Amino acid sequence: MEKRVKYKSSVKDPGTFGSLELSEVMLLFVPNDPKSDLKLKVQTHNIKSQKYTKQGSNKPPWLNLTNKQGRSHIFEFENYPDMHACRDSITKALAKCDEESNKSVVSTPAEKLSMAEFELRFKLLRENSELQKLHKQFVESKVLTEDEFWSTRKKLLGKDSIRKSKQQMGLKSMMVSGIKPSSDGRTNRVTFNLTSEIIFQIFAEKPAVRQAFIDYVPKKMTEKDFWTKYFRAEYLYSTKNTAVAAAEAAEDEELAVFLKPDEILAREARQKMRRVDPTLDMDADQGDDYTHLMDHGIQRDGTNDVVEPQNDQHRRSLLQDLNRHAAVVLEGRCIDVESEDTRIVAEALTRAKQVSKADDEITKDANQERLERMSRAAEMEDLQAPQNFPLAPLSIKDPRDYFESQQGNVLSEPRGARASKRNVYEAYGLLKESILEIRMTGLSDPLIKPEVSFEVFSSLTRTISTAKNIIGKNPRESFLDRLPKSTKDEVIHHWTSIQELLRHFWSSYPITTTYLNTKVGKLKDAMSNTYSLLDAMKQSVQSDLRHQVSLLVRPMQQALDAAFQHYESDLQRRTAKIA
Amino acid sequence: MPSVVSKQYSDDVSLLVLLLDTNPLFWSTTSITFSQFLSHVLAFLNAVLGLNQLNQVVVIATGYSSCDYIYDSSLTSNHGNLESNGIGMPALFGSLLKKLEDFVTKDEELSKEEVSEDRIPSCLLSGSLSMALCYIQRVFRSGHLHPQPRILCLQGSPDGPEQYVAVMNSIFSAQRLMVPIDSCYIGVQNSAFLQQASYITGGVHHTPKQLDGLFQYLTTIFATDLHSRGFVQLPKPIGVDFRASCFCHKKTIDMGYICSVCLSIFCEHHKKCSTCGSVFGQSKLDDASSVSDKKRKAPST
Repeated sequence: MEKRVKYKSSVKDPGTFGSLELSEVMLLFVPNDPKSDLKLKVQTHNIKSQKYTKQGSNKPPWLNLTNKQGRSHIFEFENYPDMHACRDSITKALAKCDEESNKSVVSTPAEKLSMAEFELRFKLLRENSELQKLHKQFVESKVLTEDEFWSTRKKLLGKDSIRKSKQQMGLKSMMVSGIKPSSDGRTNRVTFNLTSEIIFQIFAEKPAVRQAFIDYVPKKMTEKDFWTKYFRAEYLYSTKNTAVAAAEAAEDEELAVFLKPDEILAREARQKMRRVDPTLDMDADQGDDYTHLMDHGIQRDGTNDVVEPQNDQHRRSLLQDLNRHAAVVLEGRCIDVESEDTRIVAEALTRAKQVSKADDEITKDANQERLERMSRAAEMEDLQAPQNFPLAPLSIKDPRDYFESQQGNVLSEPRGARASKRNVYEAYGLLKESILEIRMTGLSDPLIKPEVSFEVFSSLTRTISTAKNIIGKNPRESFLDRLPKSTKDEVIHHWTSIQELLRHFWSSYPITTTYLNTKVGKLKDAMSNTYSLLDAMKQSVQSDLRHQVSLLVRPMQQALDAAFQHYESDLQRRTAKIA
Repeated sequence: MPSVVSKQYSDDVSLLVLLLDTNPLFWSTTSITFSQFLSHVLAFLNAVLGLNQLNQVVVIATGYSSCDYIYDSSLTSNHGNLESNGIGMPALFGSLLKKLEDFVTKDEELSKEEVSEDRIPSCLLSGSLSMALCYIQRVFRSGHLHPQPRILCLQGSPDGPEQYVAVMNSIFSAQRLMVPIDSCYIGVQNSAFLQQASYITGGVHHTPKQLDGLFQYLTTIFATDLHSRGFVQLPKPIGVDFRASCFCHKKTIDMGYICSVCLSIFCEHHKKCSTCGSVFGQSKLDDASSVSDKKRKAPST
């Protein structure tokens, strides 16, 4: 059931417009405004109680649902009957829930569906009215169960979820150092905002910080202290006051960690440099992290100061930061951990880096192979001796083979007019006689009798006018479009429902369990029902369209007849076997 | 698009390529004699040539084992000397009949050499369609000024399913060239090839009931040029027989297997496609014995 409502989270809330859908199991509210994120889904067994405003009072029709956690949702309906209808259905659903929970738990091995699946099914039903009609017709009249209905539509269900999980979100391209703190003009405090996304980015880009986090927290300091120190270091950078930075670093050794150049990165860069293949790959060069010359280039905040030599270890240049950030973004998310806990993120990143380092470790053989490859790539071809590689011969097929094979497989069937040699000879003789005759006598005179001509004209006129009535002016136009809309919809609906029934019917054969037996029985009843509906429709249609409609309906009835026949014969066979 | 350019010539100039069925096995079994048929056809050709001074007609004979060009109205060597024609024969067609006779003799020679006698007595439609399309292509390439071509297929022989692939290829080429294929079927059974040809290329298909009024059918339905067809109501068939024939045995089939790579049609399950060589996977239809062995998946309640 679906109703238009306004959702209020409390009595004072003005309310957001949207639509509310009720089913036995779930309640779903979707706001009209796609940008608003007030979507709400509540499972019926989660609802503890409901309150509603009385009809006689001056209040608008509200329905207040409280769930077991204590939250209350208020829905304002357009009118009282709507509200009553919803209230009644919720009461029924609640009663059923209670009843089910009171029953002893007979575990049905039916699939336990997650809320996400339910929501997906709801959404599909809502979007596709055709599907909804089929669903209502079969599942609610208990011909098919939910599972059976959806089992043939796994493609529809699966596609969405696959889409959601396969694609990972990439990293932001804004740099961490671009996050400016907010400061109160009045006090001397600056505030940095820290989210888990930023934490992930910091850990990915600065392995020294990550290592420090693992070492220091929670042994030496709390997480909050750690981040305070880190941001103090960042702040000191941004003030460009290197003297103060040096002083503070001398005092506080943890702070010094943040201000020092990143040793881990330096080590990685040096390793990469050793492994560079001179024949191919500029994986790293002297411009890479930390071997870059410090005394030129733009500093991180766009200044161009000359650095004092004793403090130059506390400076990083903009280029270094940019390169590191770009490298990390391009690598993408190498871990799948989405937890809030910072420590877990840090450890996961360290593990990932260790694994990749282990993979890169060069064994002696690998080194040897690398050297060989380099020497091979660096060779000069015209100085080598000529090499004769064995060539595979070219195989070009004769196209005549294809055409002849088309002729050669003619199946000899005992068909009508077979040509025997004698007949052929005679026939040719007759033909040549005819040609000779016409050459002698010329064209026949009169060429055509007037009565014959008249007959031809009238029959052609009749053909053209009846064709126009039946088909319409456009030969490609379909007859369905000329039916009145209700009949057309009915025909199409019957067609889809028959297809659904037949699909389930034929897939249940051969019958091996009693479950399939009952299923087939139910399907057969539904099919007989549809058959009689088709007959009724044929009778009810206007007389000039009746013939065409019955032509349309005939294949459907034939399919049903075939199914009935199969059912009867199978039943007979089984009873004969049992007897 | 070549035929759009030809509008500069004149709207209603047409080039009619007539494919004449000269299959002796068919003509020996019909009610109308070949000579009567020819007189209707020749009068019709005369009428077409009379509609417009620039109209052209080409006749291709479709025989039992071969095809050939019989007549081309644009050649000037048509007017033979009067004595070789009988009385009552238009001078234009003297050479046509002579060539037709020569063709039939040649065809007889060729069919004597043919070994297999198991063929359905069909005419070589694919050959004549190809020849017609080659002629039309040459006309297109001759320059901007050319008449609008169309093909008229006068046939009575049944379809030979071994020609399915070739005929369909010709039909699609005609569709590409935008040349409509009209068809007039005077035989007993229905011809699926001709119906499909007219449907796909946008031509007219008709099966005349009264063969002694053939001339009337021809002039009413098939003489209109392509431009005038926009204003004239021509008879349309109610349904088209779209059945294909399989590539392995050339039987006409309703349901079969199709190679997903090259779309060739087969009537039975093959391990490998004979046209493109791709290997097929396991067939989804298990036979009854293997089904009962497997446990059926059914949720137990």
